[in-house]
Amino acid sequence: MNQLFVSPSPHITDLDSTRGIMLDVIIALLPAAVAAVWIFGPRSALVILVSVAAAVAAEYLSRKIMKRENTIGDLSAVVTGLLLAYNLPSTIPLWMAALGSGAAIVVVKQLFGGIGQNFLNPALAGRIVLMCSFPAAMTNWIAPFAYRTGDAVTAASPLAAADAGSALPSISDMLLGVRAGCLGETCVIALVFGGLYLVLRRVISPIIPVAYIATTALLMWLGGADPLYQALSGGLVLGAIFMATDYTTSPLTWRGKLIFGVGCGAITALIRLFGSLPEGVSFSIVIMNLLVPYIERLTAPKPFGREKKTKGGAAK
Amino acid sequence: MGKLRLEEALRPAGRSRGGVRVPHQKNTATSQTVEMPPPERVVLPMQQHIGAACTPIVKPGEHVFLGQKIGDSGGFVSAPVHASVSGTVKAVGELLLPGGQRVKTVEIQSDGEMQPDPAIAPPKAEALSDLIEAARASGLVGLGGAGFPAHVKLTPNPGKPIDTLIVNGAECEPFITSDHREALENGADVMDGVYTLLRLTGVQRVIIAIEDNKPDAIQALYDIAASQRDTKHQVFVMPMKSRYPMGAEKVLVQNAAGREIPMGQLPADVGCLVMNITSVGFLARYLKTGMPLVSKRITVDGSAVGTPCNLRVPIGASIADVIAFCGGYREEPGKILMGGPMMGLALVDDSLPVLKQNNAILALAQRDCKPEKATACIRCGRCVAACPMGLMPTAAERQVKTGDASALEKAGVSACIECGSCAFSCPAKRPLVQSMRLAKEMVRKAASR
Repeated sequence: MNQLFVSPSPHITDLDSTRGIMLDVIIALLPAAVAAVWIFGPRSALVILVSVAAAVAAEYLSRKIMKRENTIGDLSAVVTGLLLAYNLPSTIPLWMAALGSGAAIVVVKQLFGGIGQNFLNPALAGRIVLMCSFPAAMTNWIAPFAYRTGDAVTAASPLAAADAGSALPSISDMLLGVRAGCLGETCVIALVFGGLYLVLRRVISPIIPVAYIATTALLMWLGGADPLYQALSGGLVLGAIFMATDYTTSPLTWRGKLIFGVGCGAITALIRLFGSLPEGVSFSIVIMNLLVPYIERLTAPKPFGREKKTKGGAAK
Repeated sequence: MGKLRLEEALRPAGRSRGGVRVPHQKNTATSQTVEMPPPERVVLPMQQHIGAACTPIVKPGEHVFLGQKIGDSGGFVSAPVHASVSGTVKAVGELLLPGGQRVKTVEIQSDGEMQPDPAIAPPKAEALSDLIEAARASGLVGLGGAGFPAHVKLTPNPGKPIDTLIVNGAECEPFITSDHREALENGADVMDGVYTLLRLTGVQRVIIAIEDNKPDAIQALYDIAASQRDTKHQVFVMPMKSRYPMGAEKVLVQNAAGREIPMGQLPADVGCLVMNITSVGFLARYLKTGMPLVSKRITVDGSAVGTPCNLRVPIGASIADVIAFCGGYREEPGKILMGGPMMGLALVDDSLPVLKQNNAILALAQRDCKPEKATACIRCGRCVAACPMGLMPTAAERQVKTGDASALEKAGVSACIECGSCAFSCPAKRPLVQSMRLAKEMVRKAASR
């Protein structure tokens, strides 16, 4: 008999792998890419390609320089590149998209140790870097289908239009994504479809997206705004389904996820109601990212057989 | 009896958290138990239980009968060992068990006769003390895999009255069907055991818990239970959700009786006595015949086994002999497991003997046990969701790396039952059970310092 393989139990594992999970996220994001090309034109595809290519290249090079194992095979860099692109206007200069991807992967992800170690959502951090560096290019919205006529008509995003008191697109246009905005955030139907796929595949739990969107809508309604409109506009649906559910930067426990989702929603509503920015999804998620270790400590599950703490003091 | 209706079956009283859906792979569920003829020789370790090791009481050259006691110890937590074949004692030696203990062994050359010890007679079972005495004399240990001496469990503790007997027929490990076959083939014995225990231990009810992926076993026991003498309505067959690790003692007690066993304590602390279904069946047979625990039904399966089946084998038969009887290896084995794929031990070779508490031997083909490379934790939280003990394996793994014993103690890692649900569900294929073992060891060391 040959030598037998000896290892600790268990001797079987689930079929899911990190790569498989990332592939599911990519599949879930594809409908929104198709919608982006339909609404904002082929340049959207170019922005997406550049952003993804830059993210993968940044991951490859930084691992190489740090003499660490190549990890582009886990596809997480592809997800980061896609998500960053979805948070950019289709008019963005391509080098800016590449720069944002590089910042996301190198600074936020790899310098902190790579997958599973980043303290912020890399794509959102990349977007914030670009927002602070190039505010004009990052808000250079074009009207939907303007690419068909050839003239690049600039347009205000609905939230900015609401702030300015001008006319708003219809609800059906908001659902279809026929409105100005970042290229991947507008088509709510495509995003929700992707989200349902992830929930059915058990890649994400619906707790964070539902808590996030519901909290924002509720607080905006209390603040006098139209809750449905608020839920559909800005990057809320994209952020709630795909960014706030990032494994690394959201709590592990279900109670933690609930607190995290409600927190994101509350901060988004506060920014939308009282802040100088029309939109607050990126900052809300990033702020809550920073609170994850504390949330997790507060919501750690009770180990089996340990008595609950009583009011009079800690039980044994 | 009629078909079991769900409203007649007892519904689980509680619900445990976590758990995973494992592939059932119960390929041998319909395989009638085959009697394996005595092998040429058997090697009987003097410790096949938790507790004190036995000392051999036979010498090389001596003739022994089937069922003759060949090893015993003065310790209370211990169980005697009996000759599993008739023949001649060849040697008293030593063996390294897969768990890491070095133990004395008695090797017997079989004469092929299987001549039972003439002294064997059915024991008296009129009072609980008789039953405890009989359980000890029979050499019975927990046959579900733990190997805890049965008489110790049965011995009452005045401070901890028992009101519920849970017969564990959950059999949640993939592949294994030996308890399933016990319910189908020896259901009457199981019920005899149940009523004897009900009569002598003073419990108020008996719950026979079986995972609902074995409807035929549930039906079979229900038929016997309903047709027998359950005049006071104390015996229930309870179908359990097929969710691993339903058969783990703490998980089973929580689901079947709705009671949570406090950390570091036993089922008796919440008024429960848990016994494996094959143990109960054996006990009834022992009371009838007086033949001690000398053979065991095991499931032999896995992609490298010629003919997967259920076998009754003499304890101490080598795994090589058992597999040879099952058509040998279909292909070169990559891994041989004692037990199921979730909690079983990987063996270094197939020369080891079958032990009392073994319920399966699995030989996996090389392609089915390629080591998977661990990658970085992505914090997906699946291990946390899967843990039936409410632990956070990924957090514990980090705390082990930083050597933070107090954080591990606070997180309650000592509650870990090593069921493997965390590592099973990990997409990064991290060896989480291994780090939980290290975590428990760190807490133990810190406490003893």
